[in-house]
Amino acid sequence: MSPDQKNEAGFTFTIDGVEVTARAGQTILEAADEAGIYIPRLCDHEGLRHQGSCRVCTVKAGGRSVAACTQPAEAGQTVENETAHLTKMRRDLVEMLFHEGNHLCPICEASGNCELQAMAYRLDMTDATRFPYLEPCRAVDATHPDIALDTNRCISCGRCIRASQDVDGKGVFGYVGRGIHRRVAVNGDNLADTDAEVTDHAISSEVCPVGCIIRKRVGFATPIGERKFDKGLIGHEIEEKRK
Amino acid sequence: MSGLPKARIATASLAGCFGCHMAILDVDERLIELMKLVNVDRSPLTDKKRFTQRCDIGIIEGGCCNEENVHVLHDFRRNCDVLIALGQCAIMGGLPAMRNAIMHSDAPLRECLDEAYITGRYIRNTTHNVPNDPALPLLLDEVYPCSQIVEIDYQIPGCAPEGDVIFDTLVKLLAGRFHGFERDKIRFD
Repeated sequence: MSPDQKNEAGFTFTIDGVEVTARAGQTILEAADEAGIYIPRLCDHEGLRHQGSCRVCTVKAGGRSVAACTQPAEAGQTVENETAHLTKMRRDLVEMLFHEGNHLCPICEASGNCELQAMAYRLDMTDATRFPYLEPCRAVDATHPDIALDTNRCISCGRCIRASQDVDGKGVFGYVGRGIHRRVAVNGDNLADTDAEVTDHAISSEVCPVGCIIRKRVGFATPIGERKFDKGLIGHEIEEKRK
Repeated sequence: MSGLPKARIATASLAGCFGCHMAILDVDERLIELMKLVNVDRSPLTDKKRFTQRCDIGIIEGGCCNEENVHVLHDFRRNCDVLIALGQCAIMGGLPAMRNAIMHSDAPLRECLDEAYITGRYIRNTTHNVPNDPALPLLLDEVYPCSQIVEIDYQIPGCAPEGDVIFDTLVKLLAGRFHGFERDKIRFD
């Protein structure tokens, strides 16, 4: 790190014993990203406002569990990230997301580009499951000429909601229901009744972390085995900044 | 390994496409190396239909979609020290599990059979009946992952798993030094 950056940076704190510099107002996750330390996350996405709902980015800051994407970094703070305890908790969270919806990787056209799947790879989700599969019956909405929604795969991260509201200025998506019944829904009877367009940021391939928002006629243009997370673990581009 | 007796393995394909067994053959010429370590008991590869003796490792492809699958799986659990679920169908139901929830129906099995044999647009079924011969195993209400029927010791993910991963895992298990997969080798597709 150059001296210029150090002057600009307000303070330092540590993540897993590594000293990290941060500016006032940065969250733990933002400071970690800049420092080349990857903290797993699903509901957080670069360019969208932080939400702190998936809890996969949970770290221990001063001994307390906090969501790294929303928690402001503080001078002198001691943050734990890659501990056995936190990794197990994150793996359990991701496993429960797999069980809450219908995540059939072999039939999903997002397989290989899916952040949920990539997070399972990174967190070694390979042991026999201890949870029952909930197998909910959820709708597929293929009414729109260019976009399809398969809500079986939705993990309710809300990235499409924030992208549509804040970037597109539209509000195509929103939350309905409470607790385990909270779902992402469209602002109309179906997607064709909304002003969603395939060029919206909310519809772009990087906003939906799973295979719920599907751009039609793209499908398997890139074959299985040559996709984003076939080329490297999720988060490796952040970790490479450190090297 | 020279002084030790060879390990015995058994394999079975339940509600799967046989792709995982094909993937076992993807170990190619290392099959010779593997055969120096193991004898194959009950398996489609040997065409043995019953266990001849207790096995060290049982490898299961596919989940359980009918009562015969459940019987076979219980038989494997009884006769094998270590049971491995091979591939996504054995692990979480896989493609056959599409009939569980994706049909958006109160009676997904009925709707699945109706579409496959009666109402489907491209069906030529002169009897207009769903096959119900008494010799056919009874279908279960849902397709179940193996871990919901018996205890599973190890899972090898993939659809199908790579031959390299299968070979490495088996060799390490036989040597008693399997401590999980290399992260960049884990695939669910």
